[in-house]
Amino acid sequence: MKRPTTDTTTIQRAELETALSRISCESLSLGEIAVLLSHSADEHLETLAHAANELTRKIFGRTVKLYAPIYISNECINGCLYCGFNASSKIARRTLSIDEVKKEAETLISTGHRHLLLVSGEDPKAVTVDSLCEIAKSIRPSCASLSVEVQPFDESGYRKLSEAGVDGVTLYQETYDRISYEKFHRSGPKKFFEARLRSVDSAGAAGMRFLGLGALLGLFDWRQEALSLIAHAREMMKKHWRSFVTVSVPRIRDCSSSFKMPNPVTDRDLAHMICVLRLALPRCGIILSTREPADLRRNLLPLGVTQMSAGSCTSPGGYTSQEKSGEQFHMEDHRKASEVATSLIEMGYDPIWKDWDSNLFGTNG
Amino acid sequence: MMDELKIAGKTFSSRLLIGTGKFPSNDSMRDAIESSGAQIATVALRRVDLSKEDGDILSYIDRKKITLLPNTSGARDAKEAVMLARLAREAGLSDFVKLEVVPEPRYLMPDPIETFKAAEILVKEGFTVLPYINADPILAKKLEEIGCATVMPLGSPIGSNRGIKTRDAIAMIIDQSNIPVVVDAGLGAPSHAAEAMEMGADAVLVNTAIAVASNQSEMARAFRLGVEAGRSAYMAGLGPQGETASASSPLTGFLNRE
Amino acid sequence: MKITLNGNEKDISDEIVLSALLSEIGIDERGTAVAINGEIVSKKTFHEKKINAGDRIDLLRAIGGG
Repeated sequence: MKRPTTDTTTIQRAELETALSRISCESLSLGEIAVLLSHSADEHLETLAHAANELTRKIFGRTVKLYAPIYISNECINGCLYCGFNASSKIARRTLSIDEVKKEAETLISTGHRHLLLVSGEDPKAVTVDSLCEIAKSIRPSCASLSVEVQPFDESGYRKLSEAGVDGVTLYQETYDRISYEKFHRSGPKKFFEARLRSVDSAGAAGMRFLGLGALLGLFDWRQEALSLIAHAREMMKKHWRSFVTVSVPRIRDCSSSFKMPNPVTDRDLAHMICVLRLALPRCGIILSTREPADLRRNLLPLGVTQMSAGSCTSPGGYTSQEKSGEQFHMEDHRKASEVATSLIEMGYDPIWKDWDSNLFGTNG
Repeated sequence: MMDELKIAGKTFSSRLLIGTGKFPSNDSMRDAIESSGAQIATVALRRVDLSKEDGDILSYIDRKKITLLPNTSGARDAKEAVMLARLAREAGLSDFVKLEVVPEPRYLMPDPIETFKAAEILVKEGFTVLPYINADPILAKKLEEIGCATVMPLGSPIGSNRGIKTRDAIAMIIDQSNIPVVVDAGLGAPSHAAEAMEMGADAVLVNTAIAVASNQSEMARAFRLGVEAGRSAYMAGLGPQGETASASSPLTGFLNRE
Repeated sequence: MKITLNGNEKDISDEIVLSALLSEIGIDERGTAVAINGEIVSKKTFHEKKINAGDRIDLLRAIGGG
């Protein structure tokens, strides 16, 4: 079987036409997806957009699930060149106490949020399975869903988290290109490509209900990243049929470190990627964060976005305190959660603050 | 040449499984099996009728070419199904078993709970279990999880020849299954078999439509062609099924303002 | 002695083993499954399995089925 390629020079016109004729089939092959991601498909973006919009409407209706991140620590032992939390960055480091996390959560909940995401860098002295379990037990009863975007754990670690009330794990591979991965992850446990990839699998095996995948756009050719991300998502859905899989498309933003982005992704590229993600993964959630400005988020929504963060803050304690600890990235959409929700309703969308409630059955798990 | 079908490590070049019931004679059954190109044939297990000379069906099936698939028809619960499977194995028929637990005699719907219970036991005893089920996507995943070799969702009630009435559910099963999906029951015409294969089913099982045709051997051949046509179409990548484009306002106009 | 064979009462010789009984009634061991009093008899033991009075014997073979 020919290896799927996004390289225009080898794509025949017939291949492009066939792929375009099948975009609404919900059964695109990786080869076809590669063609749809290639330069040959650039001029057909409007066609892709309409198909993606229709498919999203069919499967998700007009729903957009809202969530908010709580940065519980910006301490980190990894040396990722693109990240503000990089171990060598001279930023104010802070790890919140359980009470402080609780206050952050309460603030978010008071603005309407019910889906919370605990985020941290990677430092076993600051954040562990046990400390996350304690946080989860404390705040889970007051929200509808709790995910973590922290360092990778093994299956037994994820099981403990699940029992404590965590129902989702977000773990971006950042880049699926091994050479680039090595270039940008110089030191720390995150150096190891395979281990990180396997960890999402462990989360699925541990029974996590939500699995969040993603590539950090800008590190490598976005067309190939999209193809890899789609293959990864399909693999996770095949292996973990009880889990709902989401894909995320964060573009690298300026942060405190002076990082030279090798493969900048334009707004058009991002739109193209979202369309193909939707067509290739009809039943996956697509997440857009506050990295992107409000106007752009508004325009990208119809292309297949089904989850958004709102009213976010990317520094620990940022919701309750005025003092700024180091941010992971600069946000562009500074609207309050309620403003985002109102804007969604005005656009004809259905903002979902609370998707489901496990609290009917007592604590989660 | 069709791509090969793999079940529990055994490869088959035919994706048409054939049932041996309801034929007017053993000869016609043998000819139909030959024309169908099938390499897997189901049989049932029954008490020998000692009062008459029964033509031994096994002497009409070339065991060198055909893998027998004993079914547990007659079983109304897990216990009976397990017993029949063990008897079939002990008789030297096969380690393969089509697990069929049908407690209700009118529509002949399979019992999902008893099927699951029996499957658990039989998988542990080393059988290659092919469970016959209603087109239930969750049941299919659970049977896969416990080690069944395939799932066999029904297209429509046994013998009804109504085609694929469970289309949407079968599509879900095909999408989510990591083991071969064999559409069984209710396939009344080669076009139904082709339809199942076009959807991405791995194989089909046909009995009644072939056995009660006026020319069984020719019908078997027609089904063989239907299966091959459907599979080829699926592998060649079928186009959209009746999708209509709808004109509306542009979605990517905002990019031109860059 | 009296036994039940496939649901019918039958008179057979005493002190007979299963394989001999099958041969007597003209049933090929190959392709035949036997249960005595609800328990499956392993093919390997046909030649030594003693039939007792009152035993309920079931002989099953393949027939056509879907």
